[in-house]
Amino acid sequence: MITCDQTYDVIVVGAGHAGCEAALASSRMGCRTMLLTINLDAIALMSCNPSIGGLAKGHLVKEIDALGGEMAKNIDATGIQFRILNTKKGPAVRASRAQADKQQYRLRMKRVLEHQANLDLKQDEVTSLYLENGRLQGVDLRSGIRYLSQTVVVTTGTFMRGLIHIGLNHYPGGRAGDQPSVGLSDQLRELGFDVGRLKTGTPARLDARSIDFSQLETQFGDNPPQPFSFSTKEITMPQLPCHIAYTNQRSHDIIRSGLDRSPLYSGIIEGIGPRYCPSIEDKVVRFPDKERHQTFIEPEGIDTIEVYPSGMSTSLPIDIQIAFYRSIVGLERVEIMRPAYAIEYDYVDPIQLHTSLETKSISNLFHAGQINGTSGYEEAAGQGLIAGINAALRVKGCEPLVLGRSQAYIGVMIDDLVTLGTKEPYRMFTSRAEYRLLLREDNADLRLREIGYQLGLVSDQEFAHFSEKKNLINDELERIATTRLVNSDFQLEELARRGLHDIQKGTTLEHLLKRSDFCYSDLAELDPVSRETIPEIREQVEIQTKYRGYIDRQLEQVEQAKKLETTRIPISLDYASVKSLTTEVREKLSKSRPDTLGQASRIPGVTPAAISILSIALKSSSWKEHVQ
Amino acid sequence: MYIRDTIAAVSTPPGNGGIGIIRISGDLAATVGHTVFKPVNDGGLVSHRFYFGTISDTSTGEKIDEAMSVFMRAPRTYTREDVLELHCHGGWLVVERVLALVLSCGVRLAEPGEFTRRAFLNGRIDLVQAEAVMDIIASKSEAALQLAQRQREGILSRRIENVRSCLIRSLALVEAYIDFPDDDLGETDVTSICSSVKEAQDIISDLLLTFEEGRIMRDGISVLIVGKPNAGKSSLLNRLLNENRAIVTHIPGTTRDIIEETISFEGLSIRLLDTAGIRHTDDLVEQEGISRALEKIPLADIVLAVFDTSREFSQEDQLILEALAGCRTIAVLNKTDLLERFILPDEERFVSIIKIAALSGAGIDLLKQTVCRLFLHSAGLDSRESVALSKARHRDALVSAELSLRHFSVGLRDRNLELLALDLRNALQAVGTVTGQTATDEVLDQIFSSFCIGK
Repeated sequence: MITCDQTYDVIVVGAGHAGCEAALASSRMGCRTMLLTINLDAIALMSCNPSIGGLAKGHLVKEIDALGGEMAKNIDATGIQFRILNTKKGPAVRASRAQADKQQYRLRMKRVLEHQANLDLKQDEVTSLYLENGRLQGVDLRSGIRYLSQTVVVTTGTFMRGLIHIGLNHYPGGRAGDQPSVGLSDQLRELGFDVGRLKTGTPARLDARSIDFSQLETQFGDNPPQPFSFSTKEITMPQLPCHIAYTNQRSHDIIRSGLDRSPLYSGIIEGIGPRYCPSIEDKVVRFPDKERHQTFIEPEGIDTIEVYPSGMSTSLPIDIQIAFYRSIVGLERVEIMRPAYAIEYDYVDPIQLHTSLETKSISNLFHAGQINGTSGYEEAAGQGLIAGINAALRVKGCEPLVLGRSQAYIGVMIDDLVTLGTKEPYRMFTSRAEYRLLLREDNADLRLREIGYQLGLVSDQEFAHFSEKKNLINDELERIATTRLVNSDFQLEELARRGLHDIQKGTTLEHLLKRSDFCYSDLAELDPVSRETIPEIREQVEIQTKYRGYIDRQLEQVEQAKKLETTRIPISLDYASVKSLTTEVREKLSKSRPDTLGQASRIPGVTPAAISILSIALKSSSWKEHVQ
Repeated sequence: MYIRDTIAAVSTPPGNGGIGIIRISGDLAATVGHTVFKPVNDGGLVSHRFYFGTISDTSTGEKIDEAMSVFMRAPRTYTREDVLELHCHGGWLVVERVLALVLSCGVRLAEPGEFTRRAFLNGRIDLVQAEAVMDIIASKSEAALQLAQRQREGILSRRIENVRSCLIRSLALVEAYIDFPDDDLGETDVTSICSSVKEAQDIISDLLLTFEEGRIMRDGISVLIVGKPNAGKSSLLNRLLNENRAIVTHIPGTTRDIIEETISFEGLSIRLLDTAGIRHTDDLVEQEGISRALEKIPLADIVLAVFDTSREFSQEDQLILEALAGCRTIAVLNKTDLLERFILPDEERFVSIIKIAALSGAGIDLLKQTVCRLFLHSAGLDSRESVALSKARHRDALVSAELSLRHFSVGLRDRNLELLALDLRNALQAVGTVTGQTATDEVLDQIFSSFCIGK
């Protein structure tokens, strides 16, 4: 092994959505960073669906942006359809989603990485971590070179021992067209990590020229398109529609006829797949009464004829694939350009991580993305950002950044992962967040911008813009709380026109805005000053006023839980020595080794009584004297 | 599980003692003091001083008991937090009502050993003592666990499980429409969501009834007998007592002018509170005496209003009826063996109307059965068959779940799914504290098994 004389602060293994955010974060924080990838032409590649965002995922993207990550800016620059979902529901569950031009998305991210100071990009495969006396020193590469580094962030996606299935055929691969990563997960297993196997899948890519779009429903994006990033002024990419098609009984019969050659049902695939993203054969088998299944035919880009039929992933043999795609109305003559496939890969149970995403058993080693058992670009990017930040903070000798469950979806996700581990691919849902009303897309900047700025990831200009917005919101909240209706003739007329006769003179604007039949634009009709308020301030003022009761109640819960969340448990704590704990609780705590009492309280089977006992054990400074 | 909130518990041993102390510790202690306790001098509470005064229900203004109270400002207290102690008369009824009142002020029922735990965490006691506390918590929670496990085999946990699965079902429906807007799930199925919630509500109110029943089986009920003199109150009391030889106690009232007798009927312990001291005249002082006796009415589980049907409805009867406004009352029409001249006004306000002849004993059995049936809803009196929700904590949880579900029903009008989800989640969390379960994963399981989701 040839050792390179150049030493890095941070080495990031893998240049997918996690790896890119990790490498950008650490290099922007001033750390000498190297980003390694098996294929430099596949940086930030969207291996599955050509879209970013959706429920809870859109929230993650906005949080990444608020903290100074790249994902939101990248999709804003390359997105070809933008939609806000759930606009008819409450503000906390509204979410942004965008279709991407897949190639442009990848190329723009590569360009950003290439122009980033402190960052080296290299194509090679990491075959093992390099440790000396159990201490992490760097990585060894397939080409025979050894790079030294203080910290390593592993973001291997589906590449570790990746195995691709199409029908009963299977072959090693990290993604269709790419080699798998071999050796690294064996080493992790030898180092004592609990390594498991997961499965995911992707649909075929179809030739748009062979689809009769006149037979399909058309779905356009919002006009004007709303960007993800708090820094993007407007979307300039041309916008394209998606199309909606449906399977039918004949499609389902074809699928059933191929089940005997399905690797899923013949037991060849051992990895566990995501229940929220089942293959089409899984849907047909599990919901036999459902007459049809919907698919969005999504464009893969502006300059390509490849389209992506969402929800139609499969590992059935290629002949069945062709027959079943062609059974769909409008797709009768469809040509498959790339077959659908399933992929199995190694992951490392994230219960073995701290909330900083550093592994508990090897210092300075961080894991992010699918290696932690998650699925989704946004989930990966969120973890990558945190892992990159924390690797950099380690190099600088600072405390890690841990986002709380009441602060960010990123915090909920990481806490779920490291506290409970996962046995199936983990995806973010808004229902996982107990403080959902606090964690909205619209206030991601109010929650996290400051943190991003302090880390050095948010520019002065961006932060100045944010501070101004924050001040305007506070000023406006203050103004509507103190401005009262004087009931001039025009106000009375306006109120009467709306059938609001019960409103008294002297009512504050705030009081009016709290009413369910009154929104900010109504206020603007009554009050000339409100008319001048810009949309992003209006939105915040309206949400914060209308939902104040609920928001305050959640804030109160957060405050009450704070003591538990901030009480740290030393990693060295020997649970066996806390004699009052029951054996069951002791075993659970020893396995999971939580970082805080709050985390401990979320482990199933750890009772409130056990938390009480633990808190007492921790409080006694010389708790080691408990050991008998 | 919160550490900084305010807690309360009865700190005297359970049962009827001479005195019952409710202890409250935490930031809200002072507020609770101001809210529920009025010292006679009508001033504030100076720290570490004992005051005499009254405890009143804040919502109705109704006086519950005369009591002593002491407020102790942190840090010179056992827990080193603000502490309030309310010393009331030791009857279980009073103590429980005061505790319920305190809990309604945003205070939580304390966990086993929690006062001592706080004392330790705030540096009030040392490590040796603390180790003892840890063992106490462990053993008490062990006992609670065993109790829970016993209950797990029983009906309670099955019923709670039913409530949870109803709530999980509705929450899953709500969450599915929130999290999967693009998944072709059709219109929000409000009917299914509501019918599951309704089912849960029904089980909860049944359970709360049996909680009441469990308490009643353990502690018995109190029955207040009121009526003008010569209505036949004394004959009724004697008849009830004579018929039942099982007199447990005979406590002459001290300052309360009330005679308390306990009888047992079909396993139910009935305490008869006879307002023997009341005698009617037109004298204002005497009327004051009547009204003072009638103050005890709210403390009773049920009132027997005795009327003499051989006379016409009188001014005095009217006076009593007015005093009974809002109370659960059985009208006992006595002397029905004589010529009836009596017409009872406003019959619907009575829980039941029973005709008796106290001298001959006619109708007495029916009266007793009626009383029993009012309190023991489930068939028979075998408490092993009914779900006895005996723990106040369980009741707390169910009451809080019920409240959240009421919020839910109100919120249905606006159909704001995320707020409906919040209410359902709060209800689930409350119910979960009885069995110690959290629900996020189960909700997701439910979504994935009932909907075909995935893109």
